[in-house]
Amino acid sequence: MLEKALSGGRGYWALVISLLVISGIGVIAYLYQLEVGLGVTGLCRDVTWGLYIGQFTFLVGVAASAVMLVIPYYLHDYKKFGKIIILGKFLAVACVIMCMLFIFVDMGQPWRILNLFLYISPHSPMFWDATVLAGYLSLNIVTGWVVLQSDKKGVKAPSWVMPLIYISIPWAISIHTVTAFLFAGLPGRDLWMSALLAAHFLASAFAVGPSLLILLALGIRKFTKFNPGKEAIAVLGKIVTYTMSIYLFFWGLKLFTWLFSQKPGYLHVFQFLFVGIGEYNAIVPIVWAAVVMAVTSVVLLMIAALRKNEKILALACILVFVSLWIEKGFVFVVGGLAITPFKTIIEYWPTLPEIVITIGVWAIGFLILTILYKIAVSVREEEIA
Amino acid sequence: MISRRQFLKIAGISAACGIGMAATSSFIKAGASRSDDTRDRLIAKRWGMFIDTRKIDENDRERIINACHSIHNVPNFDNPRHAVKWIWTEEFIRAFPEQRGEFIAEKLIQKPILVLCNNCSNPPCVRVCPTQATFKRERDGLVLMDFHRCFGCRYCMAGCPYGARSFNFWDPKPYIEEINPEFPTRMMGVVEKCSFCYQRIDRGIIPACVEVSNGAMVVGDLSDPGSEIRILLREHITIRRRPELGTEPNVFYKI
Repeated sequence: MLEKALSGGRGYWALVISLLVISGIGVIAYLYQLEVGLGVTGLCRDVTWGLYIGQFTFLVGVAASAVMLVIPYYLHDYKKFGKIIILGKFLAVACVIMCMLFIFVDMGQPWRILNLFLYISPHSPMFWDATVLAGYLSLNIVTGWVVLQSDKKGVKAPSWVMPLIYISIPWAISIHTVTAFLFAGLPGRDLWMSALLAAHFLASAFAVGPSLLILLALGIRKFTKFNPGKEAIAVLGKIVTYTMSIYLFFWGLKLFTWLFSQKPGYLHVFQFLFVGIGEYNAIVPIVWAAVVMAVTSVVLLMIAALRKNEKILALACILVFVSLWIEKGFVFVVGGLAITPFKTIIEYWPTLPEIVITIGVWAIGFLILTILYKIAVSVREEEIA
Repeated sequence: MISRRQFLKIAGISAACGIGMAATSSFIKAGASRSDDTRDRLIAKRWGMFIDTRKIDENDRERIINACHSIHNVPNFDNPRHAVKWIWTEEFIRAFPEQRGEFIAEKLIQKPILVLCNNCSNPPCVRVCPTQATFKRERDGLVLMDFHRCFGCRYCMAGCPYGARSFNFWDPKPYIEEINPEFPTRMMGVVEKCSFCYQRIDRGIIPACVEVSNGAMVVGDLSDPGSEIRILLREHITIRRRPELGTEPNVFYKI
């Protein structure tokens, strides 16, 4: 099927080449960071994780959300998702690869990465995270590819692939749970240490992933002959409505504990994010922008008449995506560390090389996604023809 | 505990990966001459430190920090955001933030306190490290680091609730005033921290900071009820940094 990626129209090649160019610029910026050190980033001895680990956290969520297609189709026999499950799985593949790249570019001594497996440390959540991510990547490549190949031949998928599909469901939950455990078990980090964190992560993941899928499906419908189906898109919209509402509800739960308990550590976090502490208030407008976008999206989604208008649905999905990107891709990681162990505030902003590297990794991810989607769409177009 | 054989293996693997040949060879030399030499070393089951903050003045603090940073090849980066610190001072209210309050004595608020790695008995940094580059030495509870195994993920820095860990954001060598060949220098991209002077303890010498503290700092075996440190802890009221986090810090402060 790979050959399908090698034949395409002008639009396809323009996209591939521009993504290659952006990736290339990212690689050059990374080589600079590799040579000179992580000092070229905005990270510091207090805020030791930033944009890279934020992207990693965000993208693990997008990857996990493929399960929002797999569960309805395979467990509830919702046939309308049959044609687009492959979009979810290939999105997961691209996202997990981006996750791995973001971990890699964040490392101080990346060539020692094999130490992770030479000195297996089961007490470290990071070991488990690497393990479940690698497993999830394999599951999605294998099940995605095999099922698509069967579709292409017009035969039923081989039976050995079914257990893998069923395993991929709890496995998807596990990748985001373990990613939450990276943060949720650290004493002394008040923003992170919450039993709710994994659930909150999953809610946001299951909102942002389907939102992105809706946008991608609308794009595919516009630019190719493959129509993912109006009803499938509408049902995805309902899923986003539920998960985004649950996500906001979980925020309410957190805010209650923070504000009612009046525990200084929690109040500090609240103040830092939503009010600002003295001169340290640069993050506040960003946080509020995310809040406004999240609430607006839920209002747009909840009113069925609005949600059924695909233009408004698309707008709501963009709001969900941007809002959750701000929260998980930046505020969550940075906010957890900006309040130092000395209860001082250290601000962090990414530098230009850091931003270029980040865009570069995203470009690599989108390049992989473009190629995989090209293959999937070509198979679907053949089915129609 | 890491045996010499394991140590050499780790160093060898690191070298094979093409990392820091010079530093590695100096580490092997250091390891070969003394790592398993038990004749002279100071013995303790659980090392602890007592710091009498009343006995330490400005000059003492400077001397103590210099003694540590010079023998351990601690680089002096220009940007304070990238500072590498093994032992340094923080205002009382920052070292003990839970003590904040309206009516705390003014002279106390800004009182400089020496802070360092607490050599926790239940260290989060060891728990989170994905390569065991940070490990607890079984025989005496010291929390130590293998600079050649650390791959710089900085998870330990997020895990440490004391800000006791530093990262080499740049190549540290140009920022070391005078290199002490007795102790390994680090390469760019790894984490480091106070090592409780294990390399001195293993040769029967007390940590450098304690040595130059004029008796204001004392180390000893917390598991031995008759040790000097246990006697001091019985006689004086001391506090530890953030004990509520369950890390079991082993540095005790008399304020």
